[in-house]
Amino acid sequence: MEKAVTHIPETVAPPAFIRREGVPLILFALLLLAPFVARFFAESYLLALFSRTMIFAIAALSLDLILGYGALVSFGHAAFLGFGAYGVGILAAHGVSEASLQLPLALASSALFALVTGALSLRTKGVYFIMITLAFGQMAFFLAVSLAAYGGDDGMTLPSRSRLFGFDVLEDDRALYFLILLALLGSYLVSRAIVMSRFGRVIRGARENPQRMAAIGFPLFRYQLTMYVIAGTMCGLAGFLLANQTGFVSPAYMTWQRSGELIVMVVLGGLGSLHGAILGAAAFLLLEEWLSGFTEHWKMIFGPFLVLVVLFARGGLLGAFRRLGIGGAR
Amino acid sequence: MSLTLLYVQTLNGLQLGILLFLIAAGLTLVFGVMDFINLAHGVQYMVGAYLAAMFAAMTGSFFLGLVLALASALVFGLVLEFLVFRHLYSRDHLDQVLATFGIILFLNQAVKLIWGAAPLSVPIPDVLTGSVRLMDGLLYPVYRLAIIGSGLAIALGLGILVSRTRIGMLVRAGATNAPMVSALGVDIGKLFMIVFGFGAMLAGFAGAMVAPVLSVEPGMGDNLLILTFVVIVIGGIGSVRGAFIAAILVGLVDTLGRSFGPALLAAIMNPSAASQAGRALAPMLIYILMAAVLFFRPAGLFPVRK
Amino acid sequence: MFAKPTSAKTKLMLPALALLLATGAASAQEKLKVGFMVTLSGPPAVLGQQARNGFQLAVKQLGGKLGGLDAEVIVVDDELKPDVAVGKVKGLLDRDKVNFVVGPIFSNVLLAIHKPVVDSETFLISPNAGTSNFAGAQCHPNFFVTSYQNDQNHEVLGKYAQDKGYKKVFLMAPNYQAGRDSLAGFKRHFKGEVVGEVYTPLNQLDFSAELAQLAASKPDAFFTFMPGGLGVNLVRQYRQAGLANTIPFLSAFTVDESTLPAQKDAALGFFGGANWAPDMKNPASEAFVKAYEAEFKAVPGTYAMQAYDAALLIDAAVKSAGGKLDNKDAIRAGLRKADFPSLRGKFKMGANGYPVQDFYLVQAIARPDGLYATSLRQKVFEDYVDVYAKDCKMAK
Repeated sequence: MEKAVTHIPETVAPPAFIRREGVPLILFALLLLAPFVARFFAESYLLALFSRTMIFAIAALSLDLILGYGALVSFGHAAFLGFGAYGVGILAAHGVSEASLQLPLALASSALFALVTGALSLRTKGVYFIMITLAFGQMAFFLAVSLAAYGGDDGMTLPSRSRLFGFDVLEDDRALYFLILLALLGSYLVSRAIVMSRFGRVIRGARENPQRMAAIGFPLFRYQLTMYVIAGTMCGLAGFLLANQTGFVSPAYMTWQRSGELIVMVVLGGLGSLHGAILGAAAFLLLEEWLSGFTEHWKMIFGPFLVLVVLFARGGLLGAFRRLGIGGAR
Repeated sequence: MSLTLLYVQTLNGLQLGILLFLIAAGLTLVFGVMDFINLAHGVQYMVGAYLAAMFAAMTGSFFLGLVLALASALVFGLVLEFLVFRHLYSRDHLDQVLATFGIILFLNQAVKLIWGAAPLSVPIPDVLTGSVRLMDGLLYPVYRLAIIGSGLAIALGLGILVSRTRIGMLVRAGATNAPMVSALGVDIGKLFMIVFGFGAMLAGFAGAMVAPVLSVEPGMGDNLLILTFVVIVIGGIGSVRGAFIAAILVGLVDTLGRSFGPALLAAIMNPSAASQAGRALAPMLIYILMAAVLFFRPAGLFPVRK
Repeated sequence: MFAKPTSAKTKLMLPALALLLATGAASAQEKLKVGFMVTLSGPPAVLGQQARNGFQLAVKQLGGKLGGLDAEVIVVDDELKPDVAVGKVKGLLDRDKVNFVVGPIFSNVLLAIHKPVVDSETFLISPNAGTSNFAGAQCHPNFFVTSYQNDQNHEVLGKYAQDKGYKKVFLMAPNYQAGRDSLAGFKRHFKGEVVGEVYTPLNQLDFSAELAQLAASKPDAFFTFMPGGLGVNLVRQYRQAGLANTIPFLSAFTVDESTLPAQKDAALGFFGGANWAPDMKNPASEAFVKAYEAEFKAVPGTYAMQAYDAALLIDAAVKSAGGKLDNKDAIRAGLRKADFPSLRGKFKMGANGYPVQDFYLVQAIARPDGLYATSLRQKVFEDYVDVYAKDCKMAK
């Protein structure tokens, strides 16, 4: 996953480079520095908060691939979080806590679910696509609820975090933090490579004008399905990390409300820019954490905030930044 | 015996279907005519139920409460339209999803602040408290017949309104091609406002009608919202007839599947596996139904031609 | 019951409490911090509010102190999302450095926060959720429960149905772990025939289909577990279907002070199982009910009572340790001794950290003042130890 294939043209002048790459650079620099700053405060709490934020950033990033670039609004994306998490949980329940077994299972089951449901869902368009993905998401949710052997609705506690080739390095919160950061960076770079490749351009072309792309002779269905599977698998990775970070696996990870929150994160940050999804996830979760510290009724502030973002900040937070002259073009 | 039970369960299925239609009718209109994804429809239903509970308690009369609740649901809908929704008609679906999600968060919390977190209830109006005997030891409350009756009346009324009147013609035209209707000199903003206000009132009506049967509590619209979307998508977005048929279909599949599914499964597998599978499958049934319908008819049962 | 100003009241109370604490803090050397995590959003928020009110009432009555130390209570909402709960509990442990975590209401949240709390050598006191795993094989010296083991209230009804001589019962519960545990708990003491066992989806609204099945199978009694809004719907529909007059309604967590304000007359005469009811005859309980009703304008249920007891338990344990919060062993010994005036009259902490207490059959009544409450009918279990305690390896 960590192939650092970037397509940054090397001849770009510094101002343009900063304008173009400023937001993601700042984001990752902050995330890299965060643990060192956290040492002076409530370390394990802050690490947990930022780890959780990055995990949802990976999930939102993967959703942005299909939602922002493919205009395919999946309302069942949280199901992949669940598949990833249950990949850890089910093996752990049978005494297997080895990441080199859990991760492949988590990713493969997410990919398979994406392949099957994607193949069926992509027959529909627009709102119907939203609803059929919701249907599959709900089926996955109820499936998890009915898994009585694995805790059913209550979920189950993991005996330990995943072990890396027999070593329990991830028991350390900082180690887990850097693994998650690495996974986020890897997902981001891979996603960038994908959207800038010929494959990614076809997907974007299909967003603007599907008839034309089909007429040129691209097998759109296969392209979109591939993207759907990539996105699902990446979200499965987020699920794997979420299970490890919380030490807990639950159907609550795959409710339709969670899928809705992922959409909200992507739109809040700014569609179709990848780092916008990261920004959106961070804004959503950190605002939630911050506001709920003030008042039990924080949703009365957060709700109108979302409405105001839509009404006045077109293009989400990134759009607002851009108008303020921070951050560059897509 | 078992045949009686089948009849009774079919009636129960129809009743659930009509309940779903009551809520879905407003949504499919707003969705179909304005191409607007209104996730806040569920909380508007909730607000209707709360208003009915409040006014019924204040006036001591269910019917007076219902009328007042309808009027205030309409006003409430128009205020929402003025403040938020009218600025979103031209935006893409995702902006609408984000904004209406914000409204859900706000209103779910707001009702808790105003009316408390504990569930409320509305007594059944005196004239409708009777019941009919359905089978041995089981009564069917007259009030439920009233719900069925009002659902059928709304279905009929909407059908006539949409297919026979001038405003209905505009609504149908708007669902097919809104820019064209606007180009022909119709004040599309006003049309949208009327449709939206009407939709809000229908949601409020549904909430007020079910208040004597279901508990009135914060978040009561959230799960229903999803069911309602399932109904209008199966029916074909914008089609009142489709919503009606889909609602009945969903009601029947859900109710009959729930009550007879495990028995049917037991015929083909051993009892404990059947009960396990039945429990896992029952809540999935309607989603399986929707996925199947969309697989064979990607735009629902009664697609509105665009 | 409409437009109940509970939330406004609590809001007024919080700053007052904070002020009280702030002024006291200046003089005290050591301060006791409690992280109080319950569900305060979504439909089940009413349960969390009851627990929070009960706990804060106890702290207030103790003069803002627990165990002689100035107490700070940090209330957080777990939103009924296990992963959110884990994040917030880490905040309580690490940022706020709390000495006790009190919570949660729901079992799935308990399963999620148990490990982080007990591993950090902080005491976790559950005012409601009491899962079987932590009562048995996975019991932990830092975990205590002031409510019950989850199965017990259901067992009360099973025992009652058996003693009453019912031959055929019809059972119904939501299709999730607690629902399955509930029916298993009922059947532990009921040896008659189960003519129907129905599991309904968690978001079910209308029970017509199940009630028809129930009527068709003609049982001697009906047992159900339908918490919160589900219970409100079921109880009213049961009454409206005319079943209330023919088939006795036995339940747990279905007819209680959190749902009665909405069920009203529909629930009158229905049975439940509990470890306490507001009409319990002892001075402490009577004073508590009076104070709670005056403060919050609602009848307290077991959720409030158990949280109140949790505060008293902490108070007693810290006192017995001489106010030395660092001496975990002394505090643990105090928690085990549980030497506090429980609202239940008698209360003993079992070897597994779960209570050993009496259980009663309760019945919904309308009080002369127009409010609804449950009322004690008969004692069903005496000094009842949960069935999982024997699997706990912890020595007393």
